[in-house]
Amino acid sequence: MPTQPPSSRSLRFSILSAITFLLFVIACNAIADAPREITMGLVQKIFYFHVPCAWLLMLSTLVCAGGSIAYLFGGSERGDRIALSSAELGVLFGLCVLVSGPLWARAAWGVYWQWEARLTSSLLLWLMMVAYVLARRYGGPSARRLAAALALFAAIDIPLVYFSVRYFRSIHPQTTVVSTLVPGMRGAFWLSLLAFTVLWWLLISVRVAVEDRAAEIIDLEVLLDQAEEKKA
Amino acid sequence: MTGSFWRFTLLIALKDLRIEGRSREILYTMGFSAALVVLVFSFALASASDPAQGPILAAGVLWSSTLFTGTVALARVLDRERENESIRSLLLSPAPRAAIYAGKVIATSLLMLAVEILLTVLVGVLFSTGVFTHLVWLAVILLLGTLGFAATGVVFSAALLRSRSREALLGALLFPIVIPVLLAASRATACLFDPLSPDLDPVSFWTRFLLATDVIYISLGLWVFEPVVSGD
Repeated sequence: MPTQPPSSRSLRFSILSAITFLLFVIACNAIADAPREITMGLVQKIFYFHVPCAWLLMLSTLVCAGGSIAYLFGGSERGDRIALSSAELGVLFGLCVLVSGPLWARAAWGVYWQWEARLTSSLLLWLMMVAYVLARRYGGPSARRLAAALALFAAIDIPLVYFSVRYFRSIHPQTTVVSTLVPGMRGAFWLSLLAFTVLWWLLISVRVAVEDRAAEIIDLEVLLDQAEEKKA
Repeated sequence: MTGSFWRFTLLIALKDLRIEGRSREILYTMGFSAALVVLVFSFALASASDPAQGPILAAGVLWSSTLFTGTVALARVLDRERENESIRSLLLSPAPRAAIYAGKVIATSLLMLAVEILLTVLVGVLFSTGVFTHLVWLAVILLLGTLGFAATGVVFSAALLRSRSREALLGALLFPIVIPVLLAASRATACLFDPLSPDLDPVSFWTRFLLATDVIYISLGLWVFEPVVSGD
């Protein structure tokens, strides 16, 4: 299996880590300097954390589905590793969305939770990613194929869930809110989004590299067993 | 080819129904547990006697019970193939994998529908709701909802065939995926049960939504069933 030499891999991770760190420092400064929203005050700043996490939850689901298609229909082992890694990141960022959202909602709406389209679809998306990880861990011999099928159903479910819940009264801010932000807020928002996306890229690269190494070890163990059998 | 597909589908569905006709194992156990689930709900919700909420409660209980007991049917219909390793013979037979899938979906749906008749009567009696006012609409919604559930469930149940924790996992993986079906079916049913409902427009909307969901789920199921079971 052709793999990158460890030195070039660590260099790549170091550079990516440094860029991520730098971006977060700049984004945090921009968020601190961004003007305060008149009605919500400091609570509005959750927005710079909440929206990028929601975007990464969606991105993770789509990458997980893409990797699953590659594995299920093309037999791509790497696709499978990417799918697993992105599902795990989906669980992580989904948790961030589901914690930060209610905190903001309590201050803005007076309640922690509303059965509204965007909230419900985020919750279900997160549950599906958790189900994916559960299926991978406890699904038995066909865990990988089972999880891949789950990822495909999850991806197809996104519009269905969103559409079905949209018929309830919607009080969640719309996505068009970004274009109505004042310039100071808009800059901070895009910087935060970029920082989070680069962080996601760093995390998935490291996670896939770990899975690659695990697969290499299994291959080496098989080779070792075969060599020992021959010797015997 | 199309002719043989339908012939195999019918053969597999009839085979499962014939086995069930002889043992009646699924029907009796599922029917009994379904009745118990409805009773448990009615005990738990006995104090909620607001007549305006009656139809919503009745529809919710009907569909929640259907989902819980449906997983029993799904697990058993596929479990029978594990005994004596008959799944291997089934997969080695000239029947296309898609026909095996379609046959299983039909058999599971019919078994579930038989139990749903009992469930509907029970819900009508225990929640004092006129459940048979719009009989044809109710039959259509029950059929479409059950089909959507079975179309997804058969894929996961087949993939979990060799897992040790299949009973625990099946529900955990399936429920987040079938939420759109549950939502649409319970909304439409609540509207049908409501004597004060002004018209059937929402019912017609949700029925079309269910139909679209079924088409998507069945297409995806036919597509992924083969790679999911091909490793067995």
